Amino acid sequence: MTKQKIVLVGNGMAGIRSLEEIIKLEKNKFELTVFGSEPHPNYDRIQLSKVLQGDTTVEDITLHDWNWYEKNQITLYTGETVIKVDTENQIIYSNKNRAVEYDKLILATGSLPFILPLPGADKKGVTAFRNIEDCQKMIEYSAHYKRAAVIGGGLLGLEAARGLLNLGMKVDVIHIFDYLMERQLDKTAGKLLQKELESQGMNFLMNKQTEAIVGENRVEGIRFKDGELLEADLVVMAVGIKPNVQLACESGIPVKRGITVNDYMETGIQNVFAVGECAEHREVVYGLVSPLYEQGKALAKKICEIPGEGYKGSTLSTKLKVSGVDVFSAGEINENTNTKTIKEFNDYQGTYKKILIEEGQISGAVLFGNTSESSKLLRMINQRSDIDDYLVSKKTEDGGVSLVAGFPDEEIICGCNGVTKADIVEAIQSQGLNTFEEVKGCTSASRSCGGCKPLVTDLLGLTTGTDSSLSSQKEPICECTTLSRDEVVAEIRDKNLSHTREVMNVLDWKTSEGCSKCKPALNYYLGMINPAEYEDERESRYVNERLHANIQKDGTFSVVPRMYGGVTNAKDLRTIADVADKYNVKLIKLTGGQRMDLFGIQKEDLPSVWADLDMPSGYAYGKTLRTVKTCVGENFCRFGTQDSISLGQMLEKKFERVGTPHKVKMGVSACPRNCAESGIKDVGFVGVDGAWEIYVGGNGGTHLKSADLLCKVKTTEEIMEITGAFLQYYRETANYLERTSVWVQRMGLDHIKAVIDDETNKQQLNERLNDALSVLKDPWKEAINSEEIQSSLYKSVKVPVETK
Amino acid sequence: MEKVLQRKKVSTLSELPRNLGKTVSIGSLEVALFRLNNGEVRAIENKCPHRGGVLAEGIISGEYVFCPMHDWKISIADGQVQKPDTGCVQTFGVEVENEDVYVLY
Ligand SMILES: Cc1cc2nc3c(=O)[nH]c(=O)nc-3n(C[C@H](O)[C@H](O)[C@H](O)COP(=O)(O)OP(=O)(O)OC[C@H]3O[C@@H](n4cnc5c(N)ncnc54)[C@H](O)[C@@H]3O)c2cc1C
Ligand code: FES
Repeated sequence: MTKQKIVLVGNGMAGIRSLEEIIKLEKNKFELTVFGSEPHPNYDRIQLSKVLQGDTTVEDITLHDWNWYEKNQITLYTGETVIKVDTENQIIYSNKNRAVEYDKLILATGSLPFILPLPGADKKGVTAFRNIEDCQKMIEYSAHYKRAAVIGGGLLGLEAARGLLNLGMKVDVIHIFDYLMERQLDKTAGKLLQKELESQGMNFLMNKQTEAIVGENRVEGIRFKDGELLEADLVVMAVGIKPNVQLACESGIPVKRGITVNDYMETGIQNVFAVGECAEHREVVYGLVSPLYEQGKALAKKICEIPGEGYKGSTLSTKLKVSGVDVFSAGEINENTNTKTIKEFNDYQGTYKKILIEEGQISGAVLFGNTSESSKLLRMINQRSDIDDYLVSKKTEDGGVSLVAGFPDEEIICGCNGVTKADIVEAIQSQGLNTFEEVKGCTSASRSCGGCKPLVTDLLGLTTGTDSSLSSQKEPICECTTLSRDEVVAEIRDKNLSHTREVMNVLDWKTSEGCSKCKPALNYYLGMINPAEYEDERESRYVNERLHANIQKDGTFSVVPRMYGGVTNAKDLRTIADVADKYNVKLIKLTGGQRMDLFGIQKEDLPSVWADLDMPSGYAYGKTLRTVKTCVGENFCRFGTQDSISLGQMLEKKFERVGTPHKVKMGVSACPRNCAESGIKDVGFVGVDGAWEIYVGGNGGTHLKSADLLCKVKTTEEIMEITGAFLQYYRETANYLERTSVWVQRMGLDHIKAVIDDETNKQQLNERLNDALSVLKDPWKEAINSEEIQSSLYKSVKVPVETK
Repeated sequence: MEKVLQRKKVSTLSELPRNLGKTVSIGSLEVALFRLNNGEVRAIENKCPHRGGVLAEGIISGEYVFCPMHDWKISIADGQVQKPDTGCVQTFGVEVENEDVYVLY
């Protein structure tokens, strides 16, 4: 029997999900062809916000990689747009002159961002926020320009704005209404949200109507109807989306706002279906994935000729993906004459809850600040539950019974990825999962927007019989164990455990040999606890720390020698130049930490490069002190009030090599002009007349944070002592891979101050740190002098082949 | 056309540190050779299906290697990429005879 031909137009989330559903039902019945205008395989569009905010990368949001298409024998044409459908003869035509016949055609063309038809909207620097390219454009702009303006204070606009802030831009959000997210929130919640986002650094221009975008070639600003001007280098339009229906229109497929479909996703033309944001069902066009996935299910059943009741429409719910902000809404949002409400407003803690009730049934809800009830409310709104049920459920829940217990198996827990309660329970039971992260990894629940995390955690607790409220507080160090960092460290101390495999055995690890998370973590904890005796395990180190060089994407390495305090001399520079010539170094780059990075070195050459350099390792690869950046200071600078270079060198010499939970960077500036950027370092020093200020917990990376003032001291001895105590306390109490910025926030600055202020504590911390420092040797020297290290770590094998 | 497997001596056991990988080039073919904790020696293609990371430098745990680039988990036994990621790498036969390690390719 010849296979039926299905052609899918639109290689996006709804379309591919539909194919997946079809393949699940009928593996071999169809010949599948997909056209997508974008050059990528199907990716998780939702996560573009997280890409922009720096929490993930474009590479990591692929949902279906090329292999998936191949494995399912799907013919995929990316970067190719379908421009015409001949519905009479059932053939589609692409812009690359391809003609493909179909038995069934699925249109999943998604939406187009709505670009306001303003004068100047076509200038360089105006962008939408819809796809990977938009995202990359914004990231690129942020590297060159400072000021961004986002038009639109809705979901998309605010997520974009947060991303641009993270990228270091100054961000103005322009909104036409008097409060934010007016389609999803009421005024009270909208205002609370604005206050929160303002405290995160966003600036809002409310009740503003844009008249034109101004500038020569590229954007220079925005002019408003009231005549005011705003300067901007980048303008992001996030004012809404419109269904992408051009292809349907031109091919005579009936369209209102979207392509009209019935409950089985059938359009007005035989054998043509539509699904996703381009489709209009019962006069509604959806713009969130969870309804689209339900549509996909209904569509798949229809195509596979399995009877079903079709798609009946969905209740929409909203979650804003901005860290530090919890908002939720679903169903009805604003009161009318027929509704009653339950409202709780806590101005002090900034939380707000509103539940709308129509004829005794829950019809909508808005939450701000605390969204723990979101899943429950969404479900109740969907089912139009009695408000009494909600009030009763609140009582039982206070008594400790979670709501997921009562969910039917087929209930969708994660709307973004279409994961049901049964899927999750099955995975937990069959694979013995114990942590939220494990469930996320195995089932993809909570992988995209993260809104269902509370439900997943509850379900995990219910299924494994542990108290989820407890287990959610305690974060296991990885999927191999249920123990938290503190428990593991306590056990190592108690039981005198002495190597990673012993820890895993004694503490009942679920895997016999750990994973890439726990091995390095345990190796660190063991070394921290017993620096004198513990023998560092090479195989538990990440490649860079094992080989003492930085691996590059082509498998070569880079080498950074120490330059204490960022100071070098002619002899060292000559040596570096000679080494660069001899080993064919591809790039010499000055680093942000005031030293030099030699790129493109072969692994085999590393030991001899180090021998020729004859300089200590700069540890540019290590979870340890990286650099101490310094300004010129009083010896040359006319503003300098202190000798920053000497102090920097002293710090670097004293604290280099010692292992820390994550990398540590320091900076020493001789005056408050702060040329060494001490305010964004893990430990930063600023010279003021006759004294030094010590700042801690700053970060200049993805999560930009300014450092907090720890104290002000007079002498270098005090500096060394306080820095030593601070570092050791960080070593002893931070989670592996926790930067000081996060650690200081978690522990509280006052707590850390109190610990270090105590004279005995300070001394003991320094003693323990000195013990750890005393056993460290330069790793490059060690490698140069050891045949064993060279042959086991740096030599690779080359076997010639005979050519015939 | 039939492909005949070739056999090449690439190393001796003592040259292979436990729980670490070794890069072996046979002509233009690059293989990651691992001596696992249980003593077995295994060989897979030295190229992560994600973005080409060098698997010989990954952290090994049991029968899996974690790619040093973005931490994909790959079975050294059958070359399969582990969930939630997907894909696979080629595996090669390994024979150990009197201390000598041979790769079949
Ligand atoms: C930044 C951002 C954040 C979001 N956050 C959330 C969220 O938190 N929660 C949520 O539920 N939703 C969110 N969404 C919305 C969600 O991503 C969309 O609802 C979903 O992607 C729509 O799926 P779709 O398949 O209908 O359309 P799309 O994913 O847009 O796919 C349509 C594809 O078809 C292609 N195409 C169009 N016409 C043609 C043609 N003629 N020939 C070939 N190919 C064509 C397009 O190029 C596109 O790749 C977000 C969207 C964005 C942009
Ligand atoms: S290259 Fe291997 S995980 Fe990315």
